[in-house]
Amino acid sequence: MAAVLLAACAPPPPQPGLNDPFEQTNRAFHGFNRGLDRALVRPSSKIYGAVLPQPVQTGIANFASNLSLPGDAANGALQGNPERFVTNVLRFALNTTVGIGGLFDPAGALGIHRDKTDFGETLHVWGAGEGAYLEFPGLGPSTVRDAVGTAVDIAANPVGMVLASPEKYYATAAKVGSKLGDRNRYSSTIDSVLYDSADSYAQTRLLYLQNRRFELGQTDAGTGDDFIDPYAD
Amino acid sequence: MNAVLSRRAFGSTLLAGIALATLPAPARALDLASARALIDRAIAEVNIVINAGKPEAAMFKDFEGIFVKYADVDAIARSALGPAARQASPGQMKAFTAAYQGYIGRKYGRRFREFIGGRIEVVDAKPLKSYFEVISVAHLKGEAPFDLRWHVSNKSGRDLFFNIIIEGVNMLASEREEIGAMLKKRNGDLEALIADLKTA
Repeated sequence: MAAVLLAACAPPPPQPGLNDPFEQTNRAFHGFNRGLDRALVRPSSKIYGAVLPQPVQTGIANFASNLSLPGDAANGALQGNPERFVTNVLRFALNTTVGIGGLFDPAGALGIHRDKTDFGETLHVWGAGEGAYLEFPGLGPSTVRDAVGTAVDIAANPVGMVLASPEKYYATAAKVGSKLGDRNRYSSTIDSVLYDSADSYAQTRLLYLQNRRFELGQTDAGTGDDFIDPYAD
Repeated sequence: MNAVLSRRAFGSTLLAGIALATLPAPARALDLASARALIDRAIAEVNIVINAGKPEAAMFKDFEGIFVKYADVDAIARSALGPAARQASPGQMKAFTAAYQGYIGRKYGRRFREFIGGRIEVVDAKPLKSYFEVISVAHLKGEAPFDLRWHVSNKSGRDLFFNIIIEGVNMLASEREEIGAMLKKRNGDLEALIADLKTA
C-alpha cells in the first residue's frame, strides 16, 4: 500500500532557475546573519577549536550526530527507503552501546556511515516542490519545503520525546558544540563565501540550492539548468 | 555514504555501458577513456601539490599551472564574464582571461589547500549531453568522502575540463554569479574589474 502511494507521488523534477520572491527580506536577514557570525559565531568557534583538544571535539560531534540517527531512521522509513532505515538503526544501536552513548564511532570503522536525511527530503520524496528560497535569521538558508521539514524534525524528534530534563540540555549543548566545530573546521571556505564574495547573499543562495538539489539526487540526471554548457553560445 | 556512492557508481557504470553499446563505438570509447585519463593526470598533479608542503604563494602558482594545462581557461573565463563577454574587445578578453586565471589559481588553490594530507581518486566516467563527466571522490582526513566531478569537452580542439562540481556545487555557475556581482559593483567597468582581479 505504502509503495503504491509512494509511486503515485514521484519526486518532482528540479526547479530550473531561481525562485526568490522574498529577496528583499532574505537579504535583510542575510545581513543580520553575517553580523551574527562576525560578532558571535565565528569568534566562539575559534575559541571552541582552540580550547578543546581534537578528540574531545570529535566525541562531541559523534554524540550530537548519534542523537540525530533516530530521526534519520524515522525519515528513512517515511520515505519508503528500507536501506536508509536499517543503516541508521544499525549505526545507532552499535554506537550507543559499543560506542558508549555515541561518543565513539565503531560503526563508522565498520563502514556503516550515517545516511543523513531530514523531513524536508521526506516531503520531496512525497512529491512536494522546493518552493521559494528563504533565509532565516540565526538559521541560515532554506526553502519553504525545507523550512517546514526542519520545523517537523524539531517538533517530532524521537530523542526529544524520550530524554528527560538534564539529558535534553546535554543533547542541545552537544549540537551547539558540533556546529561550532564545523564552523571552525570549514572556516576558510565559509569566510570566503561570507566575507570575500562580491555578493555573499547570491553566493550563499546558489551554494545552498545546488548542494541541496544534489543531496536530493536532483542533479544526477543532468537536467537542471545548473549544468552550464560554455560551448553553447 | 559508501552505499550511496557505490550504488550511484554502479548505476552510472551500467548507463555508460549501454551508451557505449548503442553508439558508434570507436570514437566514443576513445573519448570516454581519454576524458578519464585527462582527469587522472590532473588529479595526480593536484595530489602532488597538496602533499608537497610548499608555501602558499608557490602552491597557488602550481594550481594555476595545473588549471592552465588541463582546463579550457578561455571558455571558463568567457562563461564567467557572461553577457559582458560579448561587448568586450579581443584585447580586453585577453587581459581578462590572463587576470582571471591567476585569480582562479589563488581562489581554488585556497580550497584545495584544505585537502592537504588527503587524496582524490577517479571512480567513474560517463557521457553527458555533448561532453563527459568524470566522477572522482575526495578522501580527507577524518571526514566522510565527498563527490567531485569534472566536465570534460574536446570542443576547443583538445580534451580539457571546463567545470568542476563539488557536492553538486558547480564552479561555472558560482563564478558567473561572482564575476557578475563584481562587475556590477564597478558599474560595468571591465577595465576596473581586470585591474582588481590581478590582486583579488
